Amino acid sequence: MAERRFGEVILAVQDISLSFGGVKALTSVSFEIREHEIRAIIGPNGAGKSSMLNVINGFYHPQEGSITYKGVTRSRMHPHHAASHGIARTFQNIALFRGMSTLDNIMTGRVHKMKANVLMQALYWPARREEVENREFVEHIIDFLEIQAIRKTPVGRLPYGMQKRVELGRALAAEPDLLLLDEPMAGMNLEEKEDMCRFVLDVTEEFGTTIALIEHDMGVVMDISDRVVVLDYGEKLADGVPAEVREDQAVVDAYLGVAHD
Amino acid sequence: MIYREAGQFKTSYPADRAIFPIVQDRYFVAAIALAAFVAVPLLASEYWLVTIMLPFLVLSLAAIGLNILTGYAGLLSLGTGGFMACGAFAAYKLSTAFPELHIIGVFALSGVITAGVGVVFGIPSLRIKGFYLAVATLASQFFLVWLFNKLPWFTNYSPSGVISAPPRALFGDVFVTGSSATPEAKYLFALTAVCVLALLAKNMVRGNIGRKWMAIRDMDIAAEIIGIPMLRTKLLAFAISSFYIGVAGAMWAFIYTSSVEALAFGIERSFQVLFIIIIGGLGSILGSFLGAAFIVLLPILLSNAPQLIGLQIPVDMVTHLEFMIFGALIILFLIVEPHGLARLWSIAKEKLRLWPFPH
Ligand SMILES: Nc1ncnc2c1ncn2[C@@H]1O[C@H](COP(=O)(O)OP(=O)(O)OP(=O)(O)O)[C@@H](O)[C@H]1O
Ligand SMILES: [Mg+2]
Repeated sequence: MAERRFGEVILAVQDISLSFGGVKALTSVSFEIREHEIRAIIGPNGAGKSSMLNVINGFYHPQEGSITYKGVTRSRMHPHHAASHGIARTFQNIALFRGMSTLDNIMTGRVHKMKANVLMQALYWPARREEVENREFVEHIIDFLEIQAIRKTPVGRLPYGMQKRVELGRALAAEPDLLLLDEPMAGMNLEEKEDMCRFVLDVTEEFGTTIALIEHDMGVVMDISDRVVVLDYGEKLADGVPAEVREDQAVVDAYLGVAHD
Repeated sequence: MIYREAGQFKTSYPADRAIFPIVQDRYFVAAIALAAFVAVPLLASEYWLVTIMLPFLVLSLAAIGLNILTGYAGLLSLGTGGFMACGAFAAYKLSTAFPELHIIGVFALSGVITAGVGVVFGIPSLRIKGFYLAVATLASQFFLVWLFNKLPWFTNYSPSGVISAPPRALFGDVFVTGSSATPEAKYLFALTAVCVLALLAKNMVRGNIGRKWMAIRDMDIAAEIIGIPMLRTKLLAFAISSFYIGVAGAMWAFIYTSSVEALAFGIERSFQVLFIIIIGGLGSILGSFLGAAFIVLLPILLSNAPQLIGLQIPVDMVTHLEFMIFGALIILFLIVEPHGLARLWSIAKEKLRLWPFPH
């Protein structure tokens, strides 16, 4: 894993603080993500991991701090801007479009690539080429994720593990530069987890995508991530390669539930 | 061995995206088209054309419009009647103010005007949804009908408040509105217009914009996060939906009834179209037709069927029965099968496809 060459810093968060009323979800958190790396974010329940991803893609607006993405520094992102500039994500609680088929769900990931206006679509022929080209791309993702058989199934009827996979497909369809995965393996059995690990590794390998990943399974984190950020009670506890982080006393204490002073 | 998908492999994405991908379906559709365009005008009586086929077509069009908004984009509206009135009065003002304007232009512009009105009334949908949006559209329903009733300018100061369609020819002396228009001409004109508009609607809902609408319907937060612009997509749904409903209103006034007053587009009309899409199928273009056929035919069936089996049912009883059956069916469909008749139809096809070997 260490052989993979990382590029420039694609995203840096500086001194991010976020609170909801009295609840401090994040306190002055800073870290950076480099191109092509798999960056894990770990920490106990309620540590602020999901909140961090929500800050990165603009769904939450932090009270303090700044975000530098592709060289541009802002005090906060906007979801629409993030989506159209190469940030895609999956959600901790699956957020698929339940009434739509697998194929249509993944096609929605391509909205930024499709430019035909409504009139062209109504007449069909002027929009046909665009539709077919994007369909070809999506079929490529369907093959990659090995979900050909459920292409036309409404996602509401799929088992949980499959839904997670479709959601990954929808994010990949956007051809993101930065992919945010919120617990992509939660609730999966061993075999499904292995499949998902393989997909995550293949994504960076095949498309060069940078990945920020929240995961509770330490085995998985140690196996596939290049660097790890540890959050606890909204604060950054540690940051480094998996081997370092595992030895860190503060991290061990946090996970064993040693009382805070 | 009649209805078989086996052996029909799609070798390209365009083929897979065809509206009728199965060969037998295409024959079936061709047969229906032949019947609708040739057999019906030749064989049907004037009664059938005027009191069944014309309202069926116009209501189907209105249902397609509401289905785009409610069935696809998930925005519940009770303003259909008001928007139909808008189309009807726009057509009346346009055709009396510009006698030179071709009737197709009149209908198209009425749709465009209604689309504009729909967008204005759709703006609150960015902030409110569900029940509250339904109430807001209900307000627009009452406001529009009140407006057309109150301001005599809309009826060209007719004392009765009734507007009558001026005679207009499609070409030469083939009149489609006014007293010299034959039922056959009206029917064929309405049929063609509805078929073309239905096809355009089908293309939209199976394309990118249709997926955006359904994404907003199924989970608006996720849709926003993957970058679907909320306001623009919702307003587009209001615009397109209102265009269809406006054209339907214009055709109601000009082709189906020939003269009409604003009260014909009251709240009952809104509910009627809503019931059509619930019974026919939310999120289905075909369902819009099935639901309209059902709602037009049921009263006729109810008033004729008892006699056929020798029963005498008084007229007011028939009306009560109609209400009860509609009510029961709507509750049934909402609970058991929100995709309505269209879904039952595709289940039947599925069964037929497998029959007699269910594997
Ligand atoms: N929208 C919100 N409104 C109010 N409080 C919130 C909101 N989102 C998160 N929080 C709070 O912020 C804190 C951090 O939550 P967050 O979801 O980021 O944790 P997490 O690390 O993802 O936990 P988990 O492992 O359980 O997913 C929690 O105390 C949570 O209750
Ligand atoms: Mg979380």
